[in-house]
Amino acid sequence: MDLILEILSIPLVQSILKIAFIILLFAMPLGTVLTLMERKWSAMIQDRVGPNRANVGNYTGNGLLHLAADGLKSIFKEDTIPQGANGFLYLIAPFFGLIAGVATFAIIPIAGPIGDFTFQVTDIEPGLLFIFAITSLSVYGAVLAGTSSNSKFALLGGTRASAQMISYEVFMGLALMGIFMVYGSTRVSDIVNGQNEYWFGNLIPMWGVFTQPLGFFLFFTALIAETKRAPFDAPEGESEIVAGYFLEYSGMRWSAFMLAEYVAVAGVAVLMTTLFFGGYHVPWLHLWESAPQWLVTLLQIGKFSIVTIFFCWLQIQLRWTLPKFRFDQTMSLGWKKLLPLSLANTALTAVVVLAFM
Amino acid sequence: MLTLFYIFAAISIICAFGVLFMRNPIHCALMLVGTFFCLGGIYVMLNAEFVAVIQVLVYAGAIMVLFLFVLMLLSTNEPSQVAVKWDAAKMLAVIITGGIFIQVASIFSDSALTLGEKGNYPLEKIEEIGSITLIGQLLFTEYVLPFEIISILLLVAVIGAVVIAKRRFN
Repeated sequence: MDLILEILSIPLVQSILKIAFIILLFAMPLGTVLTLMERKWSAMIQDRVGPNRANVGNYTGNGLLHLAADGLKSIFKEDTIPQGANGFLYLIAPFFGLIAGVATFAIIPIAGPIGDFTFQVTDIEPGLLFIFAITSLSVYGAVLAGTSSNSKFALLGGTRASAQMISYEVFMGLALMGIFMVYGSTRVSDIVNGQNEYWFGNLIPMWGVFTQPLGFFLFFTALIAETKRAPFDAPEGESEIVAGYFLEYSGMRWSAFMLAEYVAVAGVAVLMTTLFFGGYHVPWLHLWESAPQWLVTLLQIGKFSIVTIFFCWLQIQLRWTLPKFRFDQTMSLGWKKLLPLSLANTALTAVVVLAFM
Repeated sequence: MLTLFYIFAAISIICAFGVLFMRNPIHCALMLVGTFFCLGGIYVMLNAEFVAVIQVLVYAGAIMVLFLFVLMLLSTNEPSQVAVKWDAAKMLAVIITGGIFIQVASIFSDSALTLGEKGNYPLEKIEEIGSITLIGQLLFTEYVLPFEIISILLLVAVIGAVVIAKRRFN
């Protein structure tokens, strides 16, 4: 027992365990379940039943077995490479997005620290700038898939994806400047702890959504555009360019693109929770001073998960509710409306912070 | 730590050679991304996490994507056929760059060059203030003039781009 505790106290072992925990028990399962949830929820919105046929001995689990069926199908499908494709780039392109999506979880705390042990892989000083750097790398997946497929639709999709993602990255950063100024740090733990303060005694928690309402909408819009989902799904554009940049892919590589999309959805949800909804902090829990530590941690994980799942649901709901933008509408919305708005938000926040804080 | 440095340095130099010698321009661009990434890794080991993140964000994430964007629109899949001809200008360029390289190498191999901490901001002080705070303070006090000059330069570039784009469509 002592030996196990001693091994567990090594920082490297802790980091590896945390990475394994967060990826294997949080990011990947959430992404996988979301693939089914989206199909079920879209079916509900369109008054259909949705996937319900996969079964083991007549047991269907209300469509849950489709997860296994889809996985098996992807693995056993032929992995085709189109004629004239750039082999190596074509083969590695699907995994850029997946890596970027999973790396987002590295700086997210899912519960408060117990002593020296934190529920967060790393708490680096640049914090959220790391997120920007990582998401900016996920563009490569779309660009490389588009250019290496030797297909005109894929090339069009790749150009659209890269133009859209670069444009929305610009004001994604600007939209968060307000948060950095209000909480005075780019470090994630500082921002989360800053949201545990209260206004008017113990009335309203200082969550990001209350201190930065405009920043909340701008950042959420930018993140949805980054995931290339409806209403910003011109890079996929089913009705014009078939499936865009991943048109030529089949089998497991196609699944990697899909999984990357849903891991990105989960990533957006945890970011919104952490930055704008108090992270793991349960509001008004500090009033109950005699709460046992294990219960507090459980409540924190529960609150974090509930808000995260709410934001996953919200993204699915948005996708099946809103009509999509034309590509030029996407671009002019980004550069002509949202960019000036986020600049104004930054300037206004700076004035308010200087005057009142 | 030093082993990691050698690994990053070696990969970045190999990638830099790849930029020069790869046939396919898209492969060249990706090699350059690899170089920038390794430089970012070296910055992390120098405790300059902010600079490392900005390096990856700006160079690997934004500038190289624009490079790829242009290459994607221009390039065919055939490797480019550039005949290498040796004339006087190229010979001169080789001699000058070789001379500069030897000069720099001789400075760094000099025993007078000592490793260790230098300057006004040792590691403890940076960790106490926070490197982003420190960069911000220096940028807006001591280096405010160069900072403003660079922002004017960028503004000129932005206006120039808008003017050129407008003329195309009129």
